Amino acid sequence: MEIILSVILIFMILGAIFALHAKDLLSALVSMGIVGYGLVICFLLLKAPDLAIVQIVVETITLIIMVAIVLDSTRHELKEKAAIRHDGQSFMNTRLVGNIFIAVFLGLVLFYSFRLASAHLTEFGEHGLRMAGAYMEGAAGKTGSVNLVTGVLFDFRGYDTLGEATILFTAVVGVLTVLRLKGKHS
Amino acid sequence: MQGMSIIVKKVAQLLSGLIFMYGIYIITHGHLTPGGGFAGGAILAGSLILLVLAFGSDVMRLQKREAGSSIMESAAILGFLLLAVAAIIAGAGIFFYNYLPKGQLFHLVSAGVIPLYNIMVGIEVAAALFTIFLALVIYKEELKQ
Repeated sequence: MEIILSVILIFMILGAIFALHAKDLLSALVSMGIVGYGLVICFLLLKAPDLAIVQIVVETITLIIMVAIVLDSTRHELKEKAAIRHDGQSFMNTRLVGNIFIAVFLGLVLFYSFRLASAHLTEFGEHGLRMAGAYMEGAAGKTGSVNLVTGVLFDFRGYDTLGEATILFTAVVGVLTVLRLKGKHS
Repeated sequence: MQGMSIIVKKVAQLLSGLIFMYGIYIITHGHLTPGGGFAGGAILAGSLILLVLAFGSDVMRLQKREAGSSIMESAAILGFLLLAVAAIIAGAGIFFYNYLPKGQLFHLVSAGVIPLYNIMVGIEVAAALFTIFLALVIYKEELKQ
């Protein structure tokens, strides 16, 4: 479990470093996506499925909005040819093939760890969670909050709320980092 | 960014204060009524975004506001964490322990630390949404130049 977690974390760090140094804004956005979706798998591995759901939604929405804005602005298309002609012979473009292999490999690793993470969750259709009964019995008396939702959110499941606030914080940091034009040119 | 017509400006001027107050109400009554920090913070951000959209502003002033709201957001999440860490000292080493007196049910000042958490999360959500909005507007304006 720890090994998978560290591998995902290393991927996330590499993605974040690449996002800072990427020349193209779109590739910076895509590598920001590695960080976000890696965090989803981390949350699943640490058995926090509700956080994973929030992270998927926030990440997808911010990514779509930012990609729409970047595509709207000026952008150079990268054109790679599959084969290069030299002296009448045609050679395969090894850079292109290597990139495709790296992308497929990373996709397989992410898919495998996602399967591993979701295997530990409860079975589909079983929603009688062990803690649900304990939450309902005298939650108002234990937390002092009449609104049970708030009582559960900020008292029993304070970690969850901290994680959700952190998700918003990282989304803002990501937007501010990627959309900084002035710092990149100077 | 260009402002809108005088009708929109006047309506936004009249409404934004009320919307802001409603957001504060939702946040402070989070432990009594439906809502809380996340919903109320979104309403606060909505009133600020309404003002910026209606009146418009130049890039320099927007950048100043963006820096301010970014600092506000970081300070709010730091305050949230400090409140949670203070529980370790006050409550026999338990993270997120409710260490303040709980008070009476149905009163505004009750439920210990929960209202303070709500206020911190409300400020954080409002500042975060406003910062994202301002960052997108500034990016668009800088591209035009």
